This record gives sequence, structure tokens and C-alpha cells, in this order.
Amino acid sequence: MGFQSLKRYLVIIPPILWLGLFFLIPFFVVLQVSLSDPALTRPPFTSIFTWEGWWPSSFTGDLENYEFLLSDSLYVNSYLNSLKIAAIGSFVCLLIGYPIAYVIARADANLRNTLLLLVILPFWTSSLLRVYALIGMYSPNGFINSTLSWFGIIDTPLQLMQTDFAIYSGIVITYLPLMILPLYAALEKLDGDLVEAASDLGATPLATFWRVTLPLSISGIVAGYLLVFIPSVGEFVIPALLGGPDQLMIGKTLWTEFFNNRDWPVASSVAMVMLAFLVIPMMFLRNTQRAGSA
Amino acid sequence: MKLKTILMASAALAIATSAQAEDKVLNIYNWSDYIAEDTIKKFEEKTGIKVTYDVFDSNEVLEAKLLAGNSGYDLVVPSASFMARQIKAGVFQKLDKSKLPNLANLDDGVMGNVATYDPANEHAVVYLWGTTGIGYNEGKIAERLGDDAPTDSWELIFNEANAAKLADCGISVLDAPTEMIPAAMKYLGIDPRSTDPADFKKASELFSKIKPHIRYFHSSQYINDLANGDICLTVGWSGDIFQARDRADEADNGVAISYTIPKEGALSWFDMLAIPTDAKNVENAHKFIDFVMDAQITADITNYVWYSSANTPALELIDQEILDDPGIFPTDEVKAKLWVAPVYDARTDRAINREWTSIKTGQ
Repeated sequence: MGFQSLKRYLVIIPPILWLGLFFLIPFFVVLQVSLSDPALTRPPFTSIFTWEGWWPSSFTGDLENYEFLLSDSLYVNSYLNSLKIAAIGSFVCLLIGYPIAYVIARADANLRNTLLLLVILPFWTSSLLRVYALIGMYSPNGFINSTLSWFGIIDTPLQLMQTDFAIYSGIVITYLPLMILPLYAALEKLDGDLVEAASDLGATPLATFWRVTLPLSISGIVAGYLLVFIPSVGEFVIPALLGGPDQLMIGKTLWTEFFNNRDWPVASSVAMVMLAFLVIPMMFLRNTQRAGSA
Repeated sequence: MKLKTILMASAALAIATSAQAEDKVLNIYNWSDYIAEDTIKKFEEKTGIKVTYDVFDSNEVLEAKLLAGNSGYDLVVPSASFMARQIKAGVFQKLDKSKLPNLANLDDGVMGNVATYDPANEHAVVYLWGTTGIGYNEGKIAERLGDDAPTDSWELIFNEANAAKLADCGISVLDAPTEMIPAAMKYLGIDPRSTDPADFKKASELFSKIKPHIRYFHSSQYINDLANGDICLTVGWSGDIFQARDRADEADNGVAISYTIPKEGALSWFDMLAIPTDAKNVENAHKFIDFVMDAQITADITNYVWYSSANTPALELIDQEILDDPGIFPTDEVKAKLWVAPVYDARTDRAINREWTSIKTGQ
């Protein structure tokens, strides 16, 4: 092993340790809880191993909790609804984020930094506060309703809170920077000569965008979409504060299992299945991207 | 040699300061808006103990911390019906009653009530108690239902015709299945303490009918909304609704709020002072429990939060306005109709929560 490869190991060991400590170990803890049974003890589940000194001598875990998730359509519907809301929310982010990223990438260098700062600036306040700000905007006596009624446009307040609209706008406000930044990175790298060449060869601006700019920024679109989609699926705060009670989402279902039913094992299996829902499409996507670039 | 002396001296100092730290601190976890403004300050002045005071707004959150263990708190305030199974899970230690001379101040009747949850009152004492009833905006209800609106009855919300007329001014209910479903059962003439899933189902069917008229399910949001006039009817906790009334009075916004215990009966609940098994400052926790059982201190708290006290000598020190309010200190006739929550086992809990989800989501 040469000096170079030793250096390389030194560089990758800290992230591996970090991931092992804060991702892999918690993952196995949750996996283990998901295989156990609830109990009136502290902590409130049975141990799936019997320990003899340092070695487990017997294993009593089973997949009962996962079977339970299939027995009630509630869980499947929560997953599907969460995926739907995350997919639509991320798409709205893309529609809004793309033009913004495009303008920033095309702006001249001085202005560009200011614009980027403006995109990042809201991230300096807690996302919870930004959601509360939305409540202040949307509530029946809030900013929007009082302004509209002051101008005499409406008589009775519009129902903005506890709607799907509120959830989607919450997702957009919270996650838009995560969409814009990778899009900006992709568009900024885009070679302006290619766009010029396309128009020289007679392509309309729309055709140029559709056949040159968009395909070349696809990596940014995928990265931005995933960055918004993944946290949106497990989102709890936004639907809990802005959404209506009939909006079934997996974050809320998990909360009910963990806090109301005190069933940590079922809550853990809900979490494991959610992870599978997210990891499998991502692995698939990675493979297709590799195949595409090869 | 010199180095060794310095090391030993600093070690001794470290031990001394940590021992002192153990002696002089207390970590309390209580409900939000649930103590007088000066209670902690007075305790610190009297005992020299430094208090760290954190708050929560649901029994579930407290329970999850306690069950996970090592919560770091020395004194917590669970509701009695939750505490019953927490005791079974080994979460709490027995109180040393020799350190609680003020225990004699507590009303035997109320302590007898909570003995159903904690036999012989070994683990906890009553902090405050209250009821789950109806809070409403007087003007808006009269405007929509007339002057003879059934404001003293569960009819006001569970009768679909009434709920429909009030939907536009906003109805909210607690997001607490073990309080809301039994209330609906009571309205239907079913024993609210029943743990039969078939009874939950009947309550759920009733709720599904009024669900389209309910604006939201939440356990603390309604205080502000009721005070601002954003909602006009809520099922909520007595003291919270009185706080909403106070806020509306202070804002002088023309909103008049009332609280009633429905004549059919309502849930009464007890919040308990208890010491977790793994508490580090047990001695100080006892001192605090004894401190708040002092008549004057309890009276100060009730005068501030408008929740009922179980402290007999404190009654003489509580504001007359509060003592006379039947929503806080119910008459014996009303008291006879109050019920206390049963202790639900895991299976019943799942059944009642599942009905609640189905009410809220239609699934």
C-alpha cells in the first residue's frame, strides 16, 4: 500500500465511521425492534435475543408486525398517498425551480451570487418557523383573507388551511432551495455554444430548450427531484400543521403507532417498509443512470 | 509531587461540585401553561434548588420519553389514566410519604378517585384536575342557533343539524381518541367507560356524520383560535377554554367565550405528580411535591391556570370568581355525572385509535 492509497483511506474512514455510527447502527436497532413484540416494560418491547455472556443463544424475532401491515388497508393507503403527495409536491417544485435556476445560471456573475444568496437565505430560518409563517398567511383571519376582504373581493374567508393546497405550498416553501441548487449546478455547466449552434442551425427557442437544454440538465432534474421527494415522503410537520385530518400520510401513521398505540414494534416495521419504498427506486435509478452513461 | 497534589485537589473539587450539583438541581417536565408565573421562583428562593422546567402538550409524548428510559427528569405530570399502565411498566418509584407532610391537605375523595389508577396512592399525588367539556363563542352560537341553543348539552356538537349550522364559524375537537370517543358514547346513552370495540364503532359512526362539519382535530391550537374568533365551538380541556376566555377579554375583541360541562356528564381527569424510577434528584422532587401541596402555593396556581385543585385548605385562598364557576368547581349534582377514564389495555387502545383514524380519514 503506497502513501497515496493510505491517504485515500484516511480520507474515507471518517465518513464511513460517521455513517456506521449514525446510520447503520440505528438501522439495525430499528430492524431489531420491528421483529419483536410490544410489552408493558421499559423500553416497551421484548428482546429478540437471549444473551449468554457476549453471545446471543436464541432468537425469537418474527415477521408478525410486517404481516400485520398487510392486514389493514390503512398502511398501504398511507404509503401510496405519501408517495403521491411527495411526487406532486416535487413536480411543482421542479416547475417553479427550473425557471429560477435557469435565470440565475444565465445572469451575469455579480448578480448571480446575490440571486443564489436569496435562494439560500430562507434556509437560515428554521423550517418550522416558515411553516408557521404560512399558517399566519392562510388562517381565516390571516394575511391573505384579511387583505382580500379589505379590498372587498371576498365576504367570507377562503378556506386555505387544512387543504391539499396548503400541504403542497408547504412542501414548495420548505424544499424549493433543494431543487434550485442542483438545477443551477447543471444549467451553469451547460455549454452556451451548444444553444447558439442549435439556433444557428434553425431550431426555434422552444425546440432548442426541448432538445438541447432540457436533456443536458437531466442530471440536475433527477438530483433535485430526489432531494425534494425523499424528505417529502416521510414528512410529518407539514401535513400535521397545514393539512386536513383526512390527509393520510405515513409520517402521521407512524406517529399514531408510536405514540397513541405505544406499539414500537409496529412503528418500527412501518419505518422499515418506508425505507424500502425509498431505497429500491433509488437503486433502480442509479442502475439506469449507470447504464445510460456507459 | 506537586503535580499530584494539584491533581488530587482538582479531583476533590470536581467531586465536591458534582455532589453539590446533585444536591441543588431539579428537572421538571410539566404540561404547557400549567403553573403560576412565580411558583418556580418561590421554590428556588425557599430551597436554593435550581429548577429546570420543560413543558409538553400531550400524554403520549411524555409516555414515549418515560418508556424509552433515562428521560433525565426528576418530576413529571402524567394524567392518572396513563399513569396506571406506566406504573405497571415500572416507570415510577414509590413516594416517601414521610417527606410529604402537606399530603394531609389533599381531599380524601379525590385521592380515593385516583386510587383506582394507583392503589393506595403509593406512586403519585394529585396536582390539578379538570374536565373535558364544551367551549363556545356566545355571540356566534346565538346568531346561528338562537337564544335557546343547547349549550349545556352534547347535543350542541353531536346533533348533526346543530353541527351543520355551526360548521361555517368553525368547530374543533381534541385530537385525543380516549376522550372524544367516550364523550360520543355518552351522548348515545352507552356507558362511556365501556371498552367494547363494538361501542367504539357506534361512536365512530356518529362522529363520521358530523366529521364534514369539523374544521380540525387538535389539542392546543383551539385556545388561540377560540380567543380570536377563528372557531366558535370546541370540545376541549376546562382550563384551556378559560384561558381562551381570558385572552379574548384581554384583547377586547368582542369575543365572549363560555365553558360548560354538558348535563349528560363529562370526563374528569387528574394530573399527577410522580417521580420516575431513574430520577437522579429524588430528594428534591419530594421537596417540590410538598411545596406545591402547600395551601397558598396551590391556590396561587389555581388562580392563575383555572384548573381545579384537590387541596382542601387552599379553597379558602382561591378567588371567589373561580370557586363559584361550576365549570371549575362543579356542583355535587354535576360531580355525580362525571366519569373517570378506564385503563385501556394495548388491544383496546389499538381499537379506539383505529376508529379515530377511520373517523378522521374515512379509511
